[in-house]
Amino acid sequence: MKSRHKKLLVILLGLSGLGIAVALILNAFQSNLVFFYSPTEVAAGKAPSDRAFRIGGLVEDGSVKRDPDGLTVRFVVTDTAKSMPVVYKGILPDLFKEGKGVVAEGKIGADGLFNSTQVLAKHDENYMPPEAAHALEQAAKAQQTLAQ
Amino acid sequence: MIPELGHFALIVALLLALTQAILPLIGAQRGNLTLMAVARPAAQGQFVFTVIAFICLAYSFLVNDFSVENVASNSFSQLPEVYRFTATWGSHEGSLLLWVVILAFWTTAVSVFSRHLPEDMVARVLGVMGLISVGFLAFLLTTSNPFDRLLPAPMDGRDMNPLLQDWGMIIHPPMLYMGYVGFAVAFAFAIAALLSGRLDAAWARWSRPWTTVAWAFLTLGIALGSWWAYRELGWGGWWFWDPTENASFMPWIAGTALIHSLAVTEKRGAFKAWTVLLALTAFSLSLLGTFLVRSGVLSSVHAFATDPARGAFILGFLVLVIGGSLVLYAWRAPKMLSGGGFTWFSREALLLGNNVVLLAALGAVLLGTLYPLLIDALGMGKISVGPPYFNAVFVPLMAPALFLMGIGPLARWKEASLPDMVSRLKWALAISVATGILLPLTLDGFKPWAVFGFAMAMWILLTVLIGFRERLKNGARLSSLTRSFWGMQLAHLGMAVGVAGITVVANYQVERDVRMNIGDHTELAGYTFTFRGTTEHQGPNYRAARGTVEVSKNGKKLYELHPEKRIYNASGMPMTEASIQPALFDDIYVALGEPLDEEAKTWAVRVFHKPFINWLWLGALFMVIGGFLAASDRRYRIAVKAAAPAGAAAQGA
Repeated sequence: MKSRHKKLLVILLGLSGLGIAVALILNAFQSNLVFFYSPTEVAAGKAPSDRAFRIGGLVEDGSVKRDPDGLTVRFVVTDTAKSMPVVYKGILPDLFKEGKGVVAEGKIGADGLFNSTQVLAKHDENYMPPEAAHALEQAAKAQQTLAQ
Repeated sequence: MIPELGHFALIVALLLALTQAILPLIGAQRGNLTLMAVARPAAQGQFVFTVIAFICLAYSFLVNDFSVENVASNSFSQLPEVYRFTATWGSHEGSLLLWVVILAFWTTAVSVFSRHLPEDMVARVLGVMGLISVGFLAFLLTTSNPFDRLLPAPMDGRDMNPLLQDWGMIIHPPMLYMGYVGFAVAFAFAIAALLSGRLDAAWARWSRPWTTVAWAFLTLGIALGSWWAYRELGWGGWWFWDPTENASFMPWIAGTALIHSLAVTEKRGAFKAWTVLLALTAFSLSLLGTFLVRSGVLSSVHAFATDPARGAFILGFLVLVIGGSLVLYAWRAPKMLSGGGFTWFSREALLLGNNVVLLAALGAVLLGTLYPLLIDALGMGKISVGPPYFNAVFVPLMAPALFLMGIGPLARWKEASLPDMVSRLKWALAISVATGILLPLTLDGFKPWAVFGFAMAMWILLTVLIGFRERLKNGARLSSLTRSFWGMQLAHLGMAVGVAGITVVANYQVERDVRMNIGDHTELAGYTFTFRGTTEHQGPNYRAARGTVEVSKNGKKLYELHPEKRIYNASGMPMTEASIQPALFDDIYVALGEPLDEEAKTWAVRVFHKPFINWLWLGALFMVIGGFLAASDRRYRIAVKAAAPAGAAAQGA
């Protein structure tokens, strides 16, 4: 093999390697994007049934209940217009509180419950997770347009 | 009075930075030695005044001067003294001030350790660093003055974020900034080289030790950040692929590519344009990181709208620096002749391959970090890109990178022979593969990623050893090996240690959330955890429920752990303080969840067994020491002596 051919081969190998890397990246990107939906959007059937997504809003007052095992928690996330029951097993973050903002990631089960694998409440006493704030904002806007 | 003095010092520093930026650059362009000579004293003066400003702010924090808004929002009279001091850089304003101080420190260091460089080079490097400093000082003074007064002054402060009240956080930001800002030196050298058109091996030799030191600091900063997250956040994780972490990781990847590419430029005169581009990239990513973390854009892109001045300023500065340097690059780089031909299989080619892989990884992290922000900014909805994406991309990309890392240092420059390499490395390869397959069998469960991780760690370890053996066989003694060789070997060994640690902890850690009443016990990884209840505990600025968990093995009591659930007095913020028993081979980690009954007798408790986790930070420490060793290599100091007479002659002329 002449050195010119060798060079060409190396360049081709390099390019195909890079191509594989890009394909890998984009594929992983596609399948791991987590979309956010507000409870209103979920109620309207916009959320996917087969993949994980995030919901956010306020933890409804008086809705937090524990199963007898002590670790399974049920609560309701609301954007003040619509609400969504959530079940989560595990230890909740420090700033999880009734009436405060929360974001949960998970899937909708066959029973209509949101099976959460992760609950996020950001660490700052007056800080609202941006997604939760967004959901409340949208719900408020929707109500205003209804009122008009 | 003291805060006003600090404010005044900042203004003087800005004037000095302007002088340092403008006069020497004009002087260098015109060949005017008098103007060039302004650079050093201006830089050193700027350093003095930024330090004065910093001391004034630190003083305001230490004496609890709550009439200063920054102090009132970020400190508290009950806060322990050491945290009152570190609160100086805990806020947006304070951390930018720290940024400026560190930039002035690096600039001064360059002004002192550059006597062997041609005057016009020094003038240009210091001038460019002055320009950067002008940008940051102007930003501080116009949008984020740390000395703003608050009238009437409140009785007490609002306290520092409890999460930051940890000694990992005391040193993490300064180290991280030493790294971030250190890349400004590499950047300034690159711009100076582009301006002067003198881009040669000497240029690479000048900027190389600076870049390596900056990289070592950044490594240390990132490692400390990860160690802090592990200890403070209560989740037991050490890396979350959070945008703030990615912000520091991206310049690190670019910096890693840069120090390797610089090696080729110094030794072989090749890759010049590429090296310059990497130097520009590394610092641009440092700026991007500062922007992401400091502008508030991460918590919400709409934070921009609430404080548009800040965001617009940083964004404008970012565009100016990146755009300006790229335009200069596009104009000048094509004129640079790349020397030193090499074949497709040589150390140059292998290093280039590694560079490409690193940049692919960088691109992946950049995409995952910025895409959600972009989508949000365009109003196209909210999405998040979590650890699954980064892991799915990053881990496979590391395969070729780590493999090449083993071969590169053993390959010859210019042209290596494939059959020769195969015969030198076949045993190492066989042992690595065997380790990868056999080692997981002895552990708990067979995991495919563990096979990969162990094989890679062993591969790097063996190739490092081969590197030593071959040198010794060729007549070298251990004492005659250069520091840069030791540094490289140690840093690579650190990678092996780190990969081994990550592999074990990611595949074999176990955790359990349990409901525990007083006297209850649970088993994990051969350890027995017995809950002995909680007691009230009074900290300096918080109250806590302090748990006692007894850990025993084979019926023998080992030690007690005391995880806490704290409520901070000023903010009312709850915080989980985990309790950890660290050891070389495994950590035991216990955190309190929440009380499950009214009398707080039953708690949700989280217990972890974290094997080999400390290897991660140990590996990072090896890399840091390796970096400092390599930067202190004799040849950089010899260059100083050899070039000194020539420099003196030039000055006299």
